[in-house]
Amino acid sequence: MNTASINPQKEDILAILAQNLGYRGSVFPLPNWYLTSWAKGLGLPRGGKTILYTGHMYQLLPVMEVLHQQRETLSLELLSKLVRMARLVNPFLNTSTLSLVRVGLESRLKYEKCLKDIVSLLRLAGIEPGYLYEAEKYAGALAYDLGLDGPFERHVHRVVRRLQRYGVETIITVDPHTTHVLRHVYPQIVKFDFQVSSYLEVLAAALKDKDLLVIETGRDVVFHDSCVYARYLNVTEQPRFLLKKAGYQIWEPQYSYEATYCCGGPLETLFPEKAREIAKLRVEQLQKTGGHTIVTTCPICLLNLSLAGKASGLKVVDIAQLLAQNIKSKD
Amino acid sequence: MIRVDPNLFVSLRKDKNFNAQACFHCGTCTALCPVGLEILPRELFRFVLLGAQEEITKATDTIFSCLLCGLCEAHCPRGVKIAQNIRTLRSYLVRHEYRIH
Repeated sequence: MNTASINPQKEDILAILAQNLGYRGSVFPLPNWYLTSWAKGLGLPRGGKTILYTGHMYQLLPVMEVLHQQRETLSLELLSKLVRMARLVNPFLNTSTLSLVRVGLESRLKYEKCLKDIVSLLRLAGIEPGYLYEAEKYAGALAYDLGLDGPFERHVHRVVRRLQRYGVETIITVDPHTTHVLRHVYPQIVKFDFQVSSYLEVLAAALKDKDLLVIETGRDVVFHDSCVYARYLNVTEQPRFLLKKAGYQIWEPQYSYEATYCCGGPLETLFPEKAREIAKLRVEQLQKTGGHTIVTTCPICLLNLSLAGKASGLKVVDIAQLLAQNIKSKD
Repeated sequence: MIRVDPNLFVSLRKDKNFNAQACFHCGTCTALCPVGLEILPRELFRFVLLGAQEEITKATDTIFSCLLCGLCEAHCPRGVKIAQNIRTLRSYLVRHEYRIH
């Protein structure tokens, strides 16, 4: 692969991400009203011992979609110039917010619904989490993965101070990347006394013996394991258990469980073309099962496989949505 | 000719998880990699062990194009923490090449 010709602006992108994390607390800083609007009307208490931690991942997806479309239309040369300019301007003007102008309401509501579904599932399991609203910070997974260790480590201390200030003890996460950095990386940098669980782990344990009302049984879904859940966190059985509990029949692709195949998402920031190639390959593997609905557990997989499967009419759905629409309480 | 910097490996070994020296070049990682890295993880690791700092610098795009998906690592017969090692190399480049601290 000739990656050198793919990304001449890599250094500028890394610098922008580092600036953003250092100055604004997120690699892709967006306004608080945008990050918290999904929680409107849910009545989630502010803070508390057990909180739901979104890590901003689902909220970022509509913006990633816009950036994906922009990359498709701009030449590499123009893109490089724009990124260089953004690097120079970014310390004074938050360039990340410029993409918000093109985010459509439909796309925003679609991804916000995933978070709402997670809350309704937790409530179904008898768990009422708190939420930090605008005080919640991005966990820093992308900065860590890209080796931006200086800005990342300083950020970790800020996040932990924030969690301590709110008296948090248990963190329920919604995506594998945030779960991994909080559970495995933070304790290497700072004293970290918080219990971190993915909502899938929490739900699987809480709903194990609960009698639920299943609306429709026997629908087929193809399960795509997230690399991070499967290989870094050993979360493979919990989502399958939940899907079966909700009446779905699971079809497995050739590469699944610990041998799952990446969706290409981690390359979206620096090598988008390569990310798309890998996503296309994964979509082909998933389609070979004969199923038409792909279920994902990670927001990055959700976005990348959705974009890659669009041309072939493939339906890619987040697990929270599938579970929430098919199970109800019997009470 | 390769210029050798004896401090390269010492610098990377500050990360306790860095274990490139365990690699015995079997190529399992190469066969499994979804990206098809052009300078394979095992070649990169040899450059590190040799202290070939310039070769590492030339390979930045390869180093940053690893997915960190861990497929190779899950199947490595020597237990090399491949994804972690690549991340450590990124951290080295960020500090020494891009001067981002």
